[in-house]
Amino acid sequence: MQYASQAVAKPYFIAAIGLFVGQILFGLIMGLQYVVGDFLFPEIPFNVARMVHTNLLIVWLLFGFMGSAYYLVPEEAERELYSPKLALLMFWIFLIAGALTVLGYLLVPYAGLAQMTGNDLLPTMGREFLEQPTITKVGIVVVALAFLFNIGMTMLQGRKTAVSMVLLLGLVGLALLFLFAFYNPDNLAKDKYYWWWVVHLWVEGVWELILGGILAFVLIKVTGVDREVIEKWLYLIVAVTLITGILGTGHHFYWIGTPTYWQPVGSFFSALEPIPFFMMTLFAFNMVNQRRRNHPNRAAVLWALGTAVMAFLGAGVWGFLHTLSPVNYYTHGTQITAAHGHMAFYGAYVMIVLTMISYAMPLLRGRQAAESNRTQVLEMWSFWLMTVSMVFITLFLTAAGILQVYLQRMGDQPQPFMVVQDNIALFYWLREIAGLVFLVGLVLYIASFFIGRNDPEAAITQND
Amino acid sequence: MSPTFTKAMARNIFYGGSLFFILVFLGLTFQTHRAWPELDNREAITEQVALGKRVWEENNCIGCHTLLGEGAYFAPELGNVYHRFGGSTEAIIGFIKSRPAEGIAGRRSMPQFNLSDEELAALAEFLKYAAGINTANWPPNIQG
Repeated sequence: MQYASQAVAKPYFIAAIGLFVGQILFGLIMGLQYVVGDFLFPEIPFNVARMVHTNLLIVWLLFGFMGSAYYLVPEEAERELYSPKLALLMFWIFLIAGALTVLGYLLVPYAGLAQMTGNDLLPTMGREFLEQPTITKVGIVVVALAFLFNIGMTMLQGRKTAVSMVLLLGLVGLALLFLFAFYNPDNLAKDKYYWWWVVHLWVEGVWELILGGILAFVLIKVTGVDREVIEKWLYLIVAVTLITGILGTGHHFYWIGTPTYWQPVGSFFSALEPIPFFMMTLFAFNMVNQRRRNHPNRAAVLWALGTAVMAFLGAGVWGFLHTLSPVNYYTHGTQITAAHGHMAFYGAYVMIVLTMISYAMPLLRGRQAAESNRTQVLEMWSFWLMTVSMVFITLFLTAAGILQVYLQRMGDQPQPFMVVQDNIALFYWLREIAGLVFLVGLVLYIASFFIGRNDPEAAITQND
Repeated sequence: MSPTFTKAMARNIFYGGSLFFILVFLGLTFQTHRAWPELDNREAITEQVALGKRVWEENNCIGCHTLLGEGAYFAPELGNVYHRFGGSTEAIIGFIKSRPAEGIAGRRSMPQFNLSDEELAALAEFLKYAAGINTANWPPNIQG
């Protein structure tokens, strides 16, 4: 760690991991409710569990992105963070607001929460992923603005690199696009159209800039490859991301009361969206192959390579699978979507945050470069358990989705939704088992922060 | 990558390309706004439908159901439920009202939301309005 103020990243990373655990526990509850329908009913109905599962994901990823930026930007700018105090204040505001919101979901009926928080004044609640009370959304905007001010001032007064510029653009885009969460017209087609400006333009747009920026930073650090080379790749990857991803938004405008020209436009551009992810895979492997040194933090290198591969598979391949409008006509709103969502979020965003944590946490905890060998071996076990089980979660959901599409929408005798759900229950059971393996991986991941702390640091080797 | 392709060139592609496609996207959005009156069933949006959308949102219906294919995949699609229930708002109201508070043993069950008659009527009208949106013939059949 080169600058003392980078230490503010640490609480952000710890909170991110804590909320990650909550997310997975609620995922397991939902997975069980898929096959044991009355599990925890009516105390925690499915809709509440799902809201907690997805909202915790978003919040912990935001903690991860902010922590990553607080660590990365001072080092790139070559100066201390503008205001570590502001960063810590925002940490507590965000954590308390997040905790209160989740408690609200769990303890109060949702309609009561809407009433308590004055949803009638500015109704924004009750839309997928944007379920937070309006007051929480205002809080998110305040935290985001203070964060951007802090990061922006640090950059302004220091060295401006391509890595930090791309990261900052991603974060500014994240904050600006979130403002569409406050637009909720009575017209359902319009509501849905602009809802995607938050959801799609986040995960298939500006978040990829954040992903690219963090990945480039870690690759510079662990491979020692010339910054010029890495930043050229980075610009090219994010260029293709936005060139394909902005009009790729059209793949959400096929069936929601929008003009039919979105079908060819959305199909064409979203079919190209795997390209930047494939470039990212080439990029990561090339840089590691051309490394000028062997970094002792092998776990971080594994996470970085894993991110590149899994983001391509989850976001790229599984996205392409159902993005063409004639295919999407049958797969829209089925378990195919759920399969894609799981591997894409894990591969792209969960893994990039864990990559950054893997690289930065040893330094934040006083190591020179890396944790001990024992710690790293444990962390790498957790990498494989979580990653492989996520592949299986995705495959089982894909199998369920294909059957669902056939039985409900394509066969000679289309069956009702609930009948189909009963018929494909086997795959939901298998998904739940894979989810339990994921939990084992997560437990090992957390254990890796406590085991082998007193062992000597893994050795640094300068060359092969 | 070849040394003749410089970082500055890559940067220019990024800024230029992004800006160009943002402008195209805004243009198509403008065009979509012009096409909407023919597609989005706006003449059906009454005060009652607007209230129904609020009821839909404030009970987090999207947390289990899909609406025009978007939402959760735990419970049936509701964009065409008005047609699936035989074009009857009464049937929709009857279904929501009759959900058992303690659920159904071993099975998925919709919670009992204890909605008022006014809210029930508004929600059913909202679902009727949604069924009238031109969705390019999606879903493929009545099962949603």
